[in-house]
Amino acid sequence: MPLLEIENLTVSFQTAGGQFTAVDSVSLHIKPGEIVSIVGESGSGKSVAMLALMGLLPWTATVTADKLSFNNQDLKTIAKPDLRKIIGSKMAMIFQEPMTSLNPCFTVGFQIMESLKIHLGLNRAQRKKRAIELLELVGIPEPEKRLSAFPHQLSGGMNQRVMIALAISCNPQLLIADEPTTALDVTIQAQILDLLLKLQKEKGMSLILITHDMGVVAETAERVAVQYAGQQVEKQKVKGLFSNPHHPYTQALLNSLPERSKSKILPSIAGVVPGQFDKPKGCLFSPRCEYATDKCRTVPPVPAGDEQGRALCHYPIENGKPTNYPEEVNS
Amino acid sequence: MSGEVVLQAVDLKRYYEVDRGTFKKPATLKALDGASFTLKKGKTLAIVGESGCGKSTMARLVTMIETPTSGQLIIGDEDVSHASRSTRSRLHKKVQIVFQDPYGSLNPRQKIGHSLEEPLLVNTSMKKAERREAALKMIRLVGLRPEHYDRYPHMFSGGQRQRIAVARALMLNPEIIVLDEPVSALDVSIQAQILNLIADLQQRFDLAYMFISHDLSVVKHIADEVMVMYLGKPVETGSRENIFARPHHPYTRALLSATPVADPFRNKERIVLRGELPSPIAPPSGCTFHPRCPSMTEKCTQASPELREIEGCMVACYHPKTY
Repeated sequence: MPLLEIENLTVSFQTAGGQFTAVDSVSLHIKPGEIVSIVGESGSGKSVAMLALMGLLPWTATVTADKLSFNNQDLKTIAKPDLRKIIGSKMAMIFQEPMTSLNPCFTVGFQIMESLKIHLGLNRAQRKKRAIELLELVGIPEPEKRLSAFPHQLSGGMNQRVMIALAISCNPQLLIADEPTTALDVTIQAQILDLLLKLQKEKGMSLILITHDMGVVAETAERVAVQYAGQQVEKQKVKGLFSNPHHPYTQALLNSLPERSKSKILPSIAGVVPGQFDKPKGCLFSPRCEYATDKCRTVPPVPAGDEQGRALCHYPIENGKPTNYPEEVNS
Repeated sequence: MSGEVVLQAVDLKRYYEVDRGTFKKPATLKALDGASFTLKKGKTLAIVGESGCGKSTMARLVTMIETPTSGQLIIGDEDVSHASRSTRSRLHKKVQIVFQDPYGSLNPRQKIGHSLEEPLLVNTSMKKAERREAALKMIRLVGLRPEHYDRYPHMFSGGQRQRIAVARALMLNPEIIVLDEPVSALDVSIQAQILNLIADLQQRFDLAYMFISHDLSVVKHIADEVMVMYLGKPVETGSRENIFARPHHPYTRALLSATPVADPFRNKERIVLRGELPSPIAPPSGCTFHPRCPSMTEKCTQASPELREIEGCMVACYHPKTY
């Protein structure tokens, strides 16, 4: 029984230049206690998809989905007050920049206790006790003193710990971490990732980890969804993704990592991610794909089977070679 | 000639005075506390460390944006610290810099062509037509198209902007380029393009690079020599092969093990450091790394270790790991 079910989630924004589709038919199923990573470059719609799920998008956004359910509750038809009970308590999110996502005008203690008050209805003494417990849990030294600290008095790593404490304050079943370590130093990043994994295991939460760092994915996730220009191009188990990627984009992305390359010149992906006005007609990756044929440029591909990672490609790659590839192009 | 020394720094220090309020004495912040290194033609020295370790201060000293508090900086065979104004302005042309944020380092109201021509306008007596020609040549060299000459920075993507920043740094035919986190703001696929461009230009012009980064996988790819810094001091220097295969200093080892590797099949052995970087205004006594160090002893809290040679690397530690 999946905890979270997303089927064909599409998010589009109304812009001055017309309708812009930021997320295009994304599907995701999360089982309880699972770590799933969403990988993609900037503009691939990985954050927007999760913000849509949390209901945090501005009014210019249009969200449609065939199915959007959390814990058997349909999030599409749910009443607003009920939704607010889920968001922030059962389903919580950690954002990328801890410095800007905490309110600078209030102490971190106040901010943690606020969510305890609203979601759990604890009284003042209970709130304080729980807040100290939480800060201790995320490894902040002298938690009692830190309750009255403002975000600017803490370092980036400490602020991120406060964000995590805030997110887990109501024992969520699903934690969405949006690039939780991007703004942090390497040694602090290791601490925060370890903390997230430890909490995930202890509390049996599901964790969605949004990141662009393939290293972080390899070390933490169990399953991976790769996104490109708003579309999900591949879904696989983490080991399979790194040893046998099925979509040309995944393959090219892995090859362009400096640590996986053998030569001084990296095999880079030419060109840039398509924007609002230069979306190709067929496959969105076709202008940058080394295997692209005329079919790719004109016909949008359909996802392949599960055994090929649902790769969104006409010629899904198997062991480094495209399958069903037309002969004449090969020669 | 590749390998020829173009810049030598001896015991560079840069201290800042920090005001702490009306009635307190100003504190001294040791942003850089004694670093020695050389830059060679056609070679890359990578400076690695976390925020606050003095990487960017080093870049500002090498590019002569700031003067060192003490120590010597020799470019070519001229000592910068005692140079006259005219010598300095001549030396400025030899050292150029590429900044981290391609969105912040280009003037949004200036066309790309003008951005590229400005160094020539200031430093040379070239005519307008010559400047334009030089700019167009450079635009092509970094993989942009001539029609980009008349465009504004907002019309470019992050990767293209970084190409422009590299082009601007090359306009005066420098010998040394300081690359201050040139790819950390870019996406992976774009990062590879820029790294290739940087490597290609180095070969073509025999440039000496000082590559500042916190990303060890990038450093491993591009560096010849690596210098690991912690709180204003170099803790380990050595060739890339040595540093990555046989790290001696506990900090280097922690840094290497903390860097996520894109290989799910690798056996993870992580040394997670306790605590955070201490404040550089009140650094810990003795070895500044000792509060976070797993192999700390009493000696470390009392005296600061000097750099000494261990198996081909220069290491500042009393208890280095030997192989």
